[in-house]
Amino acid sequence: MAVRKNQANLTATEKRNFVNAVLELKRTGVYDGFVRTHNEFIMSDTDNGDRVGHRSPSFLPWHRRFLIQFEQELQKIDSSVTLPYWDWTADRTATASIFAADFMGGNGRSRDAQVTTGPFAYSTGKWTINVSVDNRNFLQREMGAAGTLPTRAQVDAVLAMPVYDTAPWNSASEGGFRNYLEGWRGAGRVHNNVHVWMGGQMATGVSPNDPVFWLHHAHIDKLWSDWQRMHPQSAYLPAAGTANVVDLNDTMRPWNNVTPAQMLDHSSYYTYA
Amino acid sequence: MSSNVSRRVVLRGTAAAAAGVALLATAAQATDHTGHTTTEDHTGHGGHGTGPAAFDEVYKGRRIVGKPVTGGHEAHHGGFAVTIDGKELHVMQNADGSWISVVNHYQVFDQPLALTRAAVDALRGATLVPIAMN
Repeated sequence: MAVRKNQANLTATEKRNFVNAVLELKRTGVYDGFVRTHNEFIMSDTDNGDRVGHRSPSFLPWHRRFLIQFEQELQKIDSSVTLPYWDWTADRTATASIFAADFMGGNGRSRDAQVTTGPFAYSTGKWTINVSVDNRNFLQREMGAAGTLPTRAQVDAVLAMPVYDTAPWNSASEGGFRNYLEGWRGAGRVHNNVHVWMGGQMATGVSPNDPVFWLHHAHIDKLWSDWQRMHPQSAYLPAAGTANVVDLNDTMRPWNNVTPAQMLDHSSYYTYA
Repeated sequence: MSSNVSRRVVLRGTAAAAAGVALLATAAQATDHTGHTTTEDHTGHGGHGTGPAAFDEVYKGRRIVGKPVTGGHEAHHGGFAVTIDGKELHVMQNADGSWISVVNHYQVFDQPLALTRAAVDALRGATLVPIAMN
């Protein structure tokens, strides 16, 4: 059984194996397919229209399926690799070990926000940005220039919300766990604020260009799992018959063969350490 | 007001001859477009006073234009189109009226102008490129 670990607890070997598998997916072009898919959804998911990947109840099951697919691709390269998660309530500085040169690499330099350390620096020749919103082909970060990393207290306040999601099932939904975790509502603006804090590509529609994307979303996925254990009586909503929204037993694009109901229990795919 | 911003930038820009010529041309277009857009406002969505303000200015050396549109996918995303140096910046209006763009997709802005200026800041001189939608 795959076990997803806190990135802070990875051994040097586990970090190296993860990085090497990511670089191999990049080399073969598989990686950029994930970036393109994410951007297509983020540009087409709208509050008043069809919405699947973001700003909707299926934000969580969609990203769970997206991460499983990515993890399976990593495991084709190295069967020992699983997705680590980044708990940004604990590791909250640009000098935390996650951003050391043996793992994710550091912040961007001041002149052009270019990441110049670690395995994803442009100078390595192994990490060219191909799916981009502009003509820069190097990874960028501006950690802390905008946004604020959510605090543990802000996350706990969101985890305490008993209702999964509420009408109108979009970025304006009030009083439900999903939209406060996604961060269109709430003091912490939880998931969104981490993207903003990272800056560079992480703040854009092509955010999976930064491998930190997967570690961030693995933590969001773990928080959904934590919430489920805290609220065993709380169900995914809406149940059925909702226009433009993925109901419990509707299939999700782009796979068209998986429903939120099938993503509620991750334990057949992986567990969290 | 936006054309005044352009003129101020132009007055500074004329110190450098080549750049000055380019900016003067931009300013002339900016004035025309601003007037045209204002006229459109009376017949378009903006005429009801509920839409975001159109703009046409030079910000940090980049020409940024935002105006209401009808039809097409821009209308689907809030009825407003933005360009930076003539290249489309994909923008989207949230249900609460706030705005995001493909450059700042997780941070909301009250108005497209602030959103566009933030995109110019993030671009640091880079050029927007369209992303193929499959």
